[in-house]
Amino acid sequence: MSRAPEQVGQPVLEPLVQRPGPMASVLIEGASLLDPATGIDDRRDILIEDGVITEIAAPGSLSGGEGVESVDGTGKHVFPAFFDPHVHLRTPGQEYKEDLETGTRAAAAGGYGGVLAMANTSPPVSSPADIDALRHRARSEASVPVGFLATVTRGMEGQELTDMAELREAGAVGFTDDGVPVTNPGILRRALQYQAMCGGRIALHEEDPHLSAGGAMHEGEVSMGLGLRGVPSITESVMIARDAAIAGYEGGAIQIQHLSAIESVEAVRRARADGVDITCEVTPHHLCLTDEAVRDLDASKHKMNPPLRSEDDRQALIEALLDGTIDCIATDHAPHAVEEKEVPFEAAMMGVTGLETAFSSLYTELVMPGTIPLALLVEKLGSGGAPFGIDPFRLEKGARASLCLVDLEAEWTVGEHGYESRSRNCWCDGRRLTGRVLMTLAEGQVAYRLRSFSLGVA
Amino acid sequence: MKHLLSIEDVDRDEIETILERASSFAEVSRREIKKVPTLRGQTVVTLFYESSTRTSSSFELAAKRLSADIVSVKAVGSAVDKGESLKDTVETLSSYDPAAIVLRHPYAGASGMLAGWVDASVINAGDGMHQHPSQALLDIFTLRNRIGSLEGAKIWIIGDVLHSRVARSNIEGFQKMGASVTVAGPPTLIPRGIEVTGCEVRHSLDEIDSADVIYLLRMQNERMGENFVPSIREYARLFQLNRRRLGPRQLVMHPGPVNRGVEISSDVIDSEQSLISEQVASGLVVRMAILYELLTGSEDTSADSAPEGPVPIGEPA
Repeated sequence: MSRAPEQVGQPVLEPLVQRPGPMASVLIEGASLLDPATGIDDRRDILIEDGVITEIAAPGSLSGGEGVESVDGTGKHVFPAFFDPHVHLRTPGQEYKEDLETGTRAAAAGGYGGVLAMANTSPPVSSPADIDALRHRARSEASVPVGFLATVTRGMEGQELTDMAELREAGAVGFTDDGVPVTNPGILRRALQYQAMCGGRIALHEEDPHLSAGGAMHEGEVSMGLGLRGVPSITESVMIARDAAIAGYEGGAIQIQHLSAIESVEAVRRARADGVDITCEVTPHHLCLTDEAVRDLDASKHKMNPPLRSEDDRQALIEALLDGTIDCIATDHAPHAVEEKEVPFEAAMMGVTGLETAFSSLYTELVMPGTIPLALLVEKLGSGGAPFGIDPFRLEKGARASLCLVDLEAEWTVGEHGYESRSRNCWCDGRRLTGRVLMTLAEGQVAYRLRSFSLGVA
Repeated sequence: MKHLLSIEDVDRDEIETILERASSFAEVSRREIKKVPTLRGQTVVTLFYESSTRTSSSFELAAKRLSADIVSVKAVGSAVDKGESLKDTVETLSSYDPAAIVLRHPYAGASGMLAGWVDASVINAGDGMHQHPSQALLDIFTLRNRIGSLEGAKIWIIGDVLHSRVARSNIEGFQKMGASVTVAGPPTLIPRGIEVTGCEVRHSLDEIDSADVIYLLRMQNERMGENFVPSIREYARLFQLNRRRLGPRQLVMHPGPVNRGVEISSDVIDSEQSLISEQVASGLVVRMAILYELLTGSEDTSADSAPEGPVPIGEPA
């Protein structure tokens, strides 16, 4: 169901950068390959030589040459690596929460072969020099390819546009003030006009600050009982409707971030029916949890923006994922330090981590009960780059290997051996999950192997 | 019962136990020597991150009447009361090995977090807009002393329910004792979804005649600046309890501090139908009973030496 990326401009540089490393040569024997893009869904041997998929053939038919590690894939699955268009890597300025190295390691541990980093760092990524510096660092620190978005407005202050054309030349994949909305519709309109020249989809955190003011969780029965100020669900949809109208008028391309409510899904459907170039994402936590979870007042796991909403909202998001309204799953991986999270709910920072657990949590909560098919989950975890012109990875002869090997039987407890991320504010911390990433290849490199899972050399 | 964090934590039987204990302390309070040795050698810490007159003074006096040693910490005005300092402060105070910590904090759930950090019994003396369980207990106690059982009583809670921890505790507390609760106020100050608590909602005082008890909430001036009400003047015209609205058999309660001439007129405060000063008096004995139940209650079944009831100092046990 994923639509072709729109022609919103040509990036001057390669959108993603990664630390160079040795190319992998691996033969995975007899695993179940599943790739919604190529249509493959069967047991195969898959041979990777020097980082490139050189052969996909019937199980037992391939043998690796010298120096090729062989892995028994029996009973295990191989998927194209996932792609997350919405993570917070916290560099520059908040490296105590996360940095390019820990954040991309967390991504690799979750089966991701690429991520897009948000620009609400300290200071925000607003100048070509910022993009330049980040790409430079990523070349020495990133274990999976990273792309960087720049802010829409200078310093995320909502007042002046950034040098969008130069930012694109420097390698900005798109634009976002994520963390806060672009409150001024006039500014957003100008940005979308500029986009017609320089490209780069604008990703929008939709929240009317006057409606959400002071809110710590979803407005509903639970917030009423807990005495927490609520954020009504229309906080999001009124902004989606506004911005879709502006994008429609200007012919601009927008990505709605972290959809959380029924009204938002409806607003996206209406805009799309009107022909607006609108894409959208949903997080694993909004697909798995509701505001009922907030009753424990555990901010580390349950405070984020947008907040966890009602069961009706959650069901609407699942339905929108199934019918194609929602383009992709994005974690909104938002690491925070313990002292920012283990405080009273209202005082805590917003955001939870999710890169390491996205697949396992959704497999456990949605695929195993039969709510969504496995192939759809793999597709939606892999399609996050498309709105920004980055095609999903493919299990295909001749392609550079970006894939993950997954054991769908393995059970594990989240966080019991710590995290690859520097932070531990994972929304499913302590949960027992089924399905575990054993190994991730990103652009031909081995980006991750589960410690207890060793490869035997043939 | 280890902690008192929310009125949810106590069932009707436990409430009855606390009320009976409070009655026996009320008797002690009428004696010449008002002190009992129950908590001798134990330490009670009161930690207040918000200003308070009634609650802090009554908990302090309650602990003293029970012969506990008391440490009172007031962090009012401290700008760093964001939880990190709470944890650090509590760690410091924990070195005194307190038997109970009484906490008031501007954020919901603060006392719940505290209960997870310390060995002491934690008493929530108000956490944000969430809960104020000792207030609910003392209100039930006050009302029961006046009307006997609350079974079937019709209680109206009027005013800023949205921002009120007292309302959240009292709606549930009154209902647990068999009363029916109606909340009234402008729609901006009645939280969405409150019907699930089983109370009725009114946006006028037209049917106030039906109430047996009228419980008023403090209307803060700040609410006007935040546009919850257009003006305090208009609010008072629509929702103030005054002589004209008060029926002859109705009782009036208020958790204090009152805004004379805003939610309640002066003559009503000072009328014989007002239980406001009785509420304050109840605060002391109910908080004695809470400390008693939390700090000695669990020993009742095992220890022979545990006193049947309070024994005044200087009298034979």
